[in-house]
Amino acid sequence: MGNEGLLNFIVSFLATDLRCATPILIAALGLVFIERSGVVNIGVEGTMLIGSLLGVVGSYMFGSVWWGVLTAVAATALIGALFAYFTVTLGADQVVTGTAINILGMGVTTTLNRLIFGLDKSIPPIDTFKVISIPVLSKIPVLGSVLFQQMLPVYVAFLLVPVAHVVLFRTPFGLTVRSVGEHPKAADTVGINVWKIRYATVIGGSCLAGLAGCYLSLGVLSFFIENMVAGRGFIALAAVIFGKYTPLGALLAALLFGAGEALQYRFQALGSGIPYQFMLMIPYVLTVAVLAGFVGKSTPPASSGVPYTKE
Amino acid sequence: MAVGAAIIRFMGLDPVSAYRALVLGSVGNLNAVGETLVKAVPLMFTGLSFAFAFRCGLINIGAEGQLYMGGLLSVCAGVFIKGLPALIHLPLALAAGFAGGGLWGLISGWLKTRFGASEIITTVMLNYVAIYFVSYLVTGPLKAPPGNFPHTEPVAVTAELPRILAGTRLHLGFIFALLAICFYYVFLWHTREGFELRVVGQNTEAAKYAGMKPSSSIMTAMFLAGGMGGLAGAGEILGVQHRLMQAFSPGYGFDGIAVALLGLNTPLGIFLAAVLFGILRSGGNMMQMMVEVPIALIYIIQALVILFVVAQIMAKPSGRRRLRSFLRDFRLFEASGGAGRIGSRG
Repeated sequence: MGNEGLLNFIVSFLATDLRCATPILIAALGLVFIERSGVVNIGVEGTMLIGSLLGVVGSYMFGSVWWGVLTAVAATALIGALFAYFTVTLGADQVVTGTAINILGMGVTTTLNRLIFGLDKSIPPIDTFKVISIPVLSKIPVLGSVLFQQMLPVYVAFLLVPVAHVVLFRTPFGLTVRSVGEHPKAADTVGINVWKIRYATVIGGSCLAGLAGCYLSLGVLSFFIENMVAGRGFIALAAVIFGKYTPLGALLAALLFGAGEALQYRFQALGSGIPYQFMLMIPYVLTVAVLAGFVGKSTPPASSGVPYTKE
Repeated sequence: MAVGAAIIRFMGLDPVSAYRALVLGSVGNLNAVGETLVKAVPLMFTGLSFAFAFRCGLINIGAEGQLYMGGLLSVCAGVFIKGLPALIHLPLALAAGFAGGGLWGLISGWLKTRFGASEIITTVMLNYVAIYFVSYLVTGPLKAPPGNFPHTEPVAVTAELPRILAGTRLHLGFIFALLAICFYYVFLWHTREGFELRVVGQNTEAAKYAGMKPSSSIMTAMFLAGGMGGLAGAGEILGVQHRLMQAFSPGYGFDGIAVALLGLNTPLGIFLAAVLFGILRSGGNMMQMMVEVPIALIYIIQALVILFVVAQIMAKPSGRRRLRSFLRDFRLFEASGGAGRIGSRG
């Protein structure tokens, strides 16, 4: 009996970990490409927030979760284009612009949310992501229910890891992105359009942030709550640093941060007597601890944060 | 303003009456002016908080958490210390607020200088920790016994910031905020430490070459930045709320970022920007009540203001050159090995 209880605990903990890691992982994969091309985007938090609201709005208006995803991704692509225009074309300070995007995200989502859904607490039912059991595989004992009974974005996130890895390290495009991040002038000299590459990574990465955001509002919950991203954008940034700017590293980091969040839910469910506020702190304290413990070994791309201009 | 009007129009509301409400609510009468200045007080402090760090090349997004920790310590000093004359009690409570925020900011400074952890991320994370910590204390150990409201006992009268304008809620914290702005100016432009702090912010490599210690400047900057955030909390508690409760700040810490950036991190600029955002906050409340324009609209305005300022700087060739050379120097410093830990961003 004792063993079975422990097993159940581990299984449900791992399943929760995957679910919690997913939004961080999706956003982090986008950030890996953005950072690798030499752009620092701390606006990912606000971008995710816009993704989570517009996912709900799209699903609410058009009656399908897929329209929600499409709306969210389209909106965050626009946000990405805005960010790229300021930081790449105008050469504005990336951190300041990112901060503006975060504030914009908070303002736009809160305003739209109150206008569309009002302040009354009645939540209209919307179409959300469903749990998809993979035939056969989900019947594997223990692992099956952890790995193969999840929502679509979870599968997508984990399948994206090898894809991102191959694209970044085994394709000409990936090489171009990395060279732009390391030495934009050299890249420019051999005929690479630095601005175009940075636009591509920023817009693509922002779309992924939007996807991560709408997984929060259409998967984890089934509605939008103000400031629901709650720092996950910044945790994704930390995951990219901790993961040494690689997709595989981001995966491990996201699983670690997801475990912190999963731990919090487990502790709360067990009723350990620790005040819930301390549980809620776990993911944030964990992120700070990880950053402090490991960041010294992680080097950002050489031209990180520097706008590129031809001279 | 025009963009704001367009957004209000887009929402199907009348921009003219919205702006009339905004003006009425912020400067329409003495009471409204008082409210505007009451709102400007924490904004000046949080603006200074961002600016102190920014002048040292740091991005402090943690003013909100520093504000909560400052509020917490000032309320402790105000509630638990009794029997002191106001002349001693009030400064003590303010100092406690400064220390609370300062130490909270110092954590990020220490994590950066010691471990190279990005202060952008750690300050954001510490915001959540501080807010949950205060939430725990006011619902648990510090909760006032009678009733079910999650707040602390009120601070002693001797620790309150007295009102300074009859018929309004304007309190002495306003004077302290002005003094803080003076301190910002004097410290940065007329002391050796302040000079070093700015040099580190502009060109860390040169600063090291000149024998300065970037890490100690970073610690100083984060302590002062945190302290200013703490004073924002202390002023709000001792001058307006008089007790500590959950979510007592409507986001003053984040507003401070826009205040500092709009004010170009200059003393006068921060003052004017804080008053402007005070107008938006107090008028925004009125706008929300009368025309049902959500107050969150001011965040959109803030974001647009920042983007506008940034674009404006970039449009001027001199500004562009200044910023570029600043960033190039920054990069040089980062590339120089060991020191890169201090400057690592993102």
